Amino acid sequence: MSVLEPAIAAKPIVSVENVGHFYQKGGATDLLVLDGVNVTLRSNEIVSLLGRSGSGKSTLLRIIAGLMPASSGSVTISGQAVNGPASQVAMVFQSFALFPWLTVLQNVEIGLEAQGMAPGLRRKQALTAIDLIGLDGFESAYPKELSGGMRQRVGLARALVVQPEVLLMDEPFSALDVLTAETLRTDLLDLWCEGRMPIQAILLVTHNIEEAVLMSDRILVFASNPGRVIAELKVDLPQPRNRLDPAFRQIVDDIYARMTMRPAAATAPREGAFPGTGIGLILPHVSTNVLAGLIETVNGPPYDGRADLPALASVLQLEIDDLFPVAETLQLLRFAEVEGGDIRLAEAGRRFANGEVDERKHLFAQHLIAYVPLVAHIRRVLDERSSHRAPAARFRDELEDYMPEEFAEKTLRTVISWARYAETFAFDEGTGVFSLENPT
Amino acid sequence: MKRPILDARHLAPLGAYAPNIFDVIAFVLVIAVLAAIGHSASEIKAPLTELDIAPVHLDPWLLPGYALRTTLRMFAAMGASLIFTFVVATLAAKSRKAELIIIPALDILQSVPVLGFLTFTVVFFLRLFPGSQLGAECAAIFAIFTAQAWNMAFSFYQSLRTLPTDLSEVSRLFRLSPWLRFWRVEAPFATPGLVWNAMMSMSGSWFFVVASEAISVGDTKIALPGIGAWLGLAIEQQDIAAVAMAVAAIAVVILLYDQLVFRPIVAWADKFRFEQTAAQHRPRSWLYDLLRKTRLLKRLTMPIVALAEMLNRISVLRWPLAPIKAPPGWARLTNIAWLVLTIGLTAYGAWLIFSYLSATLGLSDLLQSISLGAMTLLRVLVLIVLASLVWVPIGVWIGLRPAVSDRVQPFAQFLAAFPANVLFPFAVVTIVHFKLDPNIWLSPLMILGTQWYILFNVIAGASVFPTDLREVSTMYRLRSAQWWRKVILPGIFPYYVTGALTASGGSWNASIVAELASWGNTKVEAAGLGAYIAKATDAGDYPRVVLGIAVMAVFVVVFNQLLWRPLYRIAERRFRMS
Repeated sequence: MSVLEPAIAAKPIVSVENVGHFYQKGGATDLLVLDGVNVTLRSNEIVSLLGRSGSGKSTLLRIIAGLMPASSGSVTISGQAVNGPASQVAMVFQSFALFPWLTVLQNVEIGLEAQGMAPGLRRKQALTAIDLIGLDGFESAYPKELSGGMRQRVGLARALVVQPEVLLMDEPFSALDVLTAETLRTDLLDLWCEGRMPIQAILLVTHNIEEAVLMSDRILVFASNPGRVIAELKVDLPQPRNRLDPAFRQIVDDIYARMTMRPAAATAPREGAFPGTGIGLILPHVSTNVLAGLIETVNGPPYDGRADLPALASVLQLEIDDLFPVAETLQLLRFAEVEGGDIRLAEAGRRFANGEVDERKHLFAQHLIAYVPLVAHIRRVLDERSSHRAPAARFRDELEDYMPEEFAEKTLRTVISWARYAETFAFDEGTGVFSLENPT
Repeated sequence: MKRPILDARHLAPLGAYAPNIFDVIAFVLVIAVLAAIGHSASEIKAPLTELDIAPVHLDPWLLPGYALRTTLRMFAAMGASLIFTFVVATLAAKSRKAELIIIPALDILQSVPVLGFLTFTVVFFLRLFPGSQLGAECAAIFAIFTAQAWNMAFSFYQSLRTLPTDLSEVSRLFRLSPWLRFWRVEAPFATPGLVWNAMMSMSGSWFFVVASEAISVGDTKIALPGIGAWLGLAIEQQDIAAVAMAVAAIAVVILLYDQLVFRPIVAWADKFRFEQTAAQHRPRSWLYDLLRKTRLLKRLTMPIVALAEMLNRISVLRWPLAPIKAPPGWARLTNIAWLVLTIGLTAYGAWLIFSYLSATLGLSDLLQSISLGAMTLLRVLVLIVLASLVWVPIGVWIGLRPAVSDRVQPFAQFLAAFPANVLFPFAVVTIVHFKLDPNIWLSPLMILGTQWYILFNVIAGASVFPTDLREVSTMYRLRSAQWWRKVILPGIFPYYVTGALTASGGSWNASIVAELASWGNTKVEAAGLGAYIAKATDAGDYPRVVLGIAVMAVFVVVFNQLLWRPLYRIAERRFRMS
């Protein structure tokens, strides 16, 4: 369903102009999270921000909500500049964010209470919202007594009761099981299509491509490093939409291709998937077991070295957020190529798949030193020192010049686990020291 | 109830912040305030107006009344501690500048025996209410307050700092006023930790009750009617039967407030636990269930709810919401002003301490107190080791048998709440009778009340030890020594560290009472920093009290840094089960 007609397109409710955001770090350069983002949300539309975790879409949502300031650019809601949480927006959280010590009714009332509404009126409005969202009978229950789906309904009722113009949803269904999520999506779409919700527009943040196609009138595809909009798609399929509809599949495949497209202007194409360069490359935590598993799967039948990522994801029952980092790590290590929604094993990847344990380790070690600058750096330091030992703190400090603390920690953890598998160097957890000696 | 009341999660994490220059600043400020109080107290030499307080008699019929009055004092102090906690801990959590001073200060106050300062505060409060008993009452309540407030404030601060991001975002998004945010979000989140710490504080403050009800200031002796004064009188008159009666009365009081106050509160506070799944074992209280059934609770709390509702709405009316960006220039200006003020105050404080102490004391006094501190340190270490050797095997044995541990837990908790110092007279009588060496035989008293923390933390650790790991060790037929070394000791290590840490902290405090004990005119004394402080207090030698306390604080803090913090970190990193 597309209510939006360009000719009578309403004036924007939310407009995000040229918003940039960076995290302050200790070092010389700041980590750019968002770069020149423009988003417009008009009345009567559902817009999705689709991107992978870490692409800054949740940060953008929080900037729109007035929970954090943008480093540059401007956000206006109904013509007013956002400088703190605005009364026209309400938000639904991935974690539900319910107060465990308040009953369902009290949780729903909290926004009205903050407005200073009289208890009687407050209660009446909260009960109306509870009825609307299908929670009657649960008013006096505490959140911990409810299932995940019911909890998210409470979150929804709490957001709707304050009569916002815009509903912001931050991965609202991703903490739920598949069936519950589907029911909630359908119920929400029904309420929306029947116009029974007091809201004028919904901005949905998701990493689930099908969810975005299922629900939105428009999809803004986010790319990472830095977070920016790389594509805008209109979805004109009528509601309710059918996942098996060829037109639906076509859109999903199209988005997959766009999300795996290599950034044209990137200086280091291989590393382009991960933020940072050189030893400052921020690495995702991907286990070597998973890497080996993906290589073997793609190498074996029916793929024989080449697989379509969406199809692979559905066979492996993985979300793109889980699959992409694995595929891109393989790309970084030159075991595979990822392009246009496909993954293709390189020669080294094939050799890895057919090798024995020792051969695999050897190959992995070679590629690790050749293509992960941080591993090469640590190894070089260990080789140069006569004691062949170096404290992890030293490398952590070095990394923190390039990236925020938690990323440095994660990257170091990743490198340790890869290097342990490859036996490139050892690490003693107790003392926090890298060394070349492996227990024999 | 399976879940132990003593829960490691509520202890302030030791490794949470690294020691820095602000620890030193806070230390200087705390000691400077003590020195300033001591200085002003010694200047007031005028005789106190005689107080019209009914003398305490060792009449059993009066004991229930005394017990009631003592309990009321403790709860009054608890009220004051709560207010202190809400104000100071909130300030520390909201303001970075306040936090830098308040948190190290709380840490030091927690490890400083403020008991020695009782006399100063008594003088202060007696001046505040001349010729009235109210002054002495306030002084006693204040003394109890100093035993209760710090860990409660610390726990509350910890909770406020660890408020989950999404809850904080929700309250900002819906623009809750600071008042509403505090009562609807922050205080509830902090409640479980606060309740637990309040119970700990209540137990700990019995120590101070006994000391605070019978005080002598110069020639004036003040005995406030209460169990503490009764006990003091009984010791003075060498009346062992009266001591036994006091012990029984305290046991009854502890049982009563546990059943009538703390159990219901714990049962009620269970709903504030931040867990998304319903717990299997909920704490129960017959009184709480009864109150809920009769709807009495609802009727009783109705006026409070109405008042709160009114305040909430007033708070909402026009409370300016802070914008998310503050003008940068202003922040820099206040930063500089704050820094200058802190440095100035610290320099002044350091000068004050130096001039106050150097007026009467020399380097030899400092060396003497340090060597005495080493003696006490040795005692604490040896006692912890001995107590561990006894209680770890017993705790493991109990913890691995759920049926036994269910029965033992409440008993251990009662023992921990029981003020060990009321048992001291019995020990002193024995030492005097058998002519034992007090340097050795007074020492066990220091750990008498705190060893239980080791016991029930070990029980708690052993009772949650995973069954599959036990099965593995059975299957591979591990030998006994191997089983202890490789399986169960690492398994309970985090719990053991928590318990031993609490026990050692309590022992330092107890040394002031334990190293110098009396029975009638007989005094037995062990050489140590505790006895040093206790003697200086008796003699009204304020500079030595200040010196003794400062040295003890340094000992405790350094001891924590060098021993407990590293152990705690190892426990966190290596031995956590999850």
